[in-house]
Amino acid sequence: MTNLSIEMGGAGRAAGKLRRGRVPLGVLLAGLILTFMVVCALAPGFVAPYDPYAPDLLASLKPPSWAHIFGTDQLGRDIFSRVVHGASYSLYIGLCATALAVAAGIVIGLSAGVAGGVIDLALMRVIDVLLAFPGLLMSMAVVAFLGTGVTNILIAIAIASIPGYARIVRAQVMVVRTSGYVEAARVLGQPPMRTLLRHILPNTVGPLIVLSTLGIGSAILQSAALSYLGLGPKAPTPEWGLMLSEGQGYLRRGWWVGIFPGVFATATIISTTVLGRYIKALTDGRA
Amino acid sequence: MALAKELFTRLLAGAAVLWAAASLAFIVLQLLPSDPVQVIYGADSTVTPEMRDRIRADFGLDQPLWRQYAGFVGRTVTGDLGTSYQQRRTVVSIITSELGSTITLASLAVLLAFSMAVLATLATAGRDNWLRRVISSLELVSVSTPAFWIGLLLLTFFSFQWPIFPVVGDQGWKSLVLPVATLGIALFGTLSQVMRNEMDQALEQPFALTARTRGLSLWAVRWRHALRHALIPALTIAAETFGALLAGAIITEQVFGRPGLGRITLQAVRNQDIPVVLGVVLFSAFVFVTINIIVDLLYRVVDPRLRARA
Repeated sequence: MTNLSIEMGGAGRAAGKLRRGRVPLGVLLAGLILTFMVVCALAPGFVAPYDPYAPDLLASLKPPSWAHIFGTDQLGRDIFSRVVHGASYSLYIGLCATALAVAAGIVIGLSAGVAGGVIDLALMRVIDVLLAFPGLLMSMAVVAFLGTGVTNILIAIAIASIPGYARIVRAQVMVVRTSGYVEAARVLGQPPMRTLLRHILPNTVGPLIVLSTLGIGSAILQSAALSYLGLGPKAPTPEWGLMLSEGQGYLRRGWWVGIFPGVFATATIISTTVLGRYIKALTDGRA
Repeated sequence: MALAKELFTRLLAGAAVLWAAASLAFIVLQLLPSDPVQVIYGADSTVTPEMRDRIRADFGLDQPLWRQYAGFVGRTVTGDLGTSYQQRRTVVSIITSELGSTITLASLAVLLAFSMAVLATLATAGRDNWLRRVISSLELVSVSTPAFWIGLLLLTFFSFQWPIFPVVGDQGWKSLVLPVATLGIALFGTLSQVMRNEMDQALEQPFALTARTRGLSLWAVRWRHALRHALIPALTIAAETFGALLAGAIITEQVFGRPGLGRITLQAVRNQDIPVVLGVVLFSAFVFVTINIIVDLLYRVVDPRLRARA
């Protein structure tokens, strides 16, 4: 329909517009931001000019200046230094929670997909029920049992995201199981365990790794939310969500208290999402 | 007849999900390391062993496990979600007393998010221009920004910098504006992304071209034909949307100090008031199942093809 003169409003926007060898500007920017965050997380002392815990009551709630580019908080602590130190908490929780959830998802999804029958049915029903709950409510329920703290919200976020990964793994196993190479391995007389580990597992994990890149962003989002709700780390910890909830009472006197931790959190989450989508688009194009 | 049969199947499946949710809740209660008596009275209380037994009997904890289970499921089915450890009220009365406030907030937020998503979809689907890029970026920001930060930004600008709206408390519609905006903005991105994706596909189908050749304007094709297609995925994620609303309400109510379901959930989580936590979880499972049944019926209204098939 190349020569039809009927305007469709520019329809036919190709999904795979990605050109090989050229990285879009947004993705480049996301990569830069994440690199910065990783540097902040690994070597905060290198980036931060001040001690994130040192109070200076004489300099409390000072607006951004050359000395304190993000201003100071209610206790006179340098907000930029605190925000830089905060990167490690978010990245740590985001990465570990996702890794835990993916690992558990692989075990559950693989067992369900390979075992089949009643086990598969039962596991998938339970997962359907768990998927029914919003992630935040589920992780809050887990926190209700475990109590608050960094490790506990990490576990809670992981548990809340297991069902999603388990379901994806199981669906992937279903596809792989009936594929030619698995059939061939079986016909050639390979033991089932070997087929599982050498053929089914690698072909199932690939797509999962891509999806988990996207999952890291939402895990960071959740950790910030749980911390804001006061279920994460305790008071002097420079965690972004916690900083925002502590600073909320001082917004009237200093807008900067409520801006910068949020900018860092949002920039990190957007960057992981952009990067995750890019990786997904690349691998989709290849498949 | 076919409709009645399908409705019956749906109800049965829904009941199964609820039963599974109640069973999971029961297992969780059993796995709980702490003793309810301790949660209620604290570790260092002077409760005598006799009183302890009385309390345990009150909560039915002296019964054999299978009777506790049967009792728990039975009570849950009849709408009895137990009694709070912290407040001496039934979980149901706590939930119902706080529900109204959350429903007001959530329904207005859905209305806002949905209207924004429909507008964004109609304006940008099937196009590739600057407006689409702007709106796509806004969606990405909406999906990725922590809801509490959206709320704090709105507070900073519209309550502190320019005192248009009240900070906290209940001052009629004025105190609803910022919470509704917070929740609506947070919800908008997902809805809009899903709807536009579907409309993109609908506009590429032959019927869209046919409608254009019949002389319909671009706008009319979108409004009269393609929008229906975009509504289907919006229905599909209705239950997820409810989940997102509940999660968003927990945060929004905290930011703006509003009463509601979210506030009591957070309170219960902080105080480890397990019956209330499980009550909210079971209640949300119930609403989730109900929404899914309604959605399945609504598909037929939106998509005539399903009516023909049944």
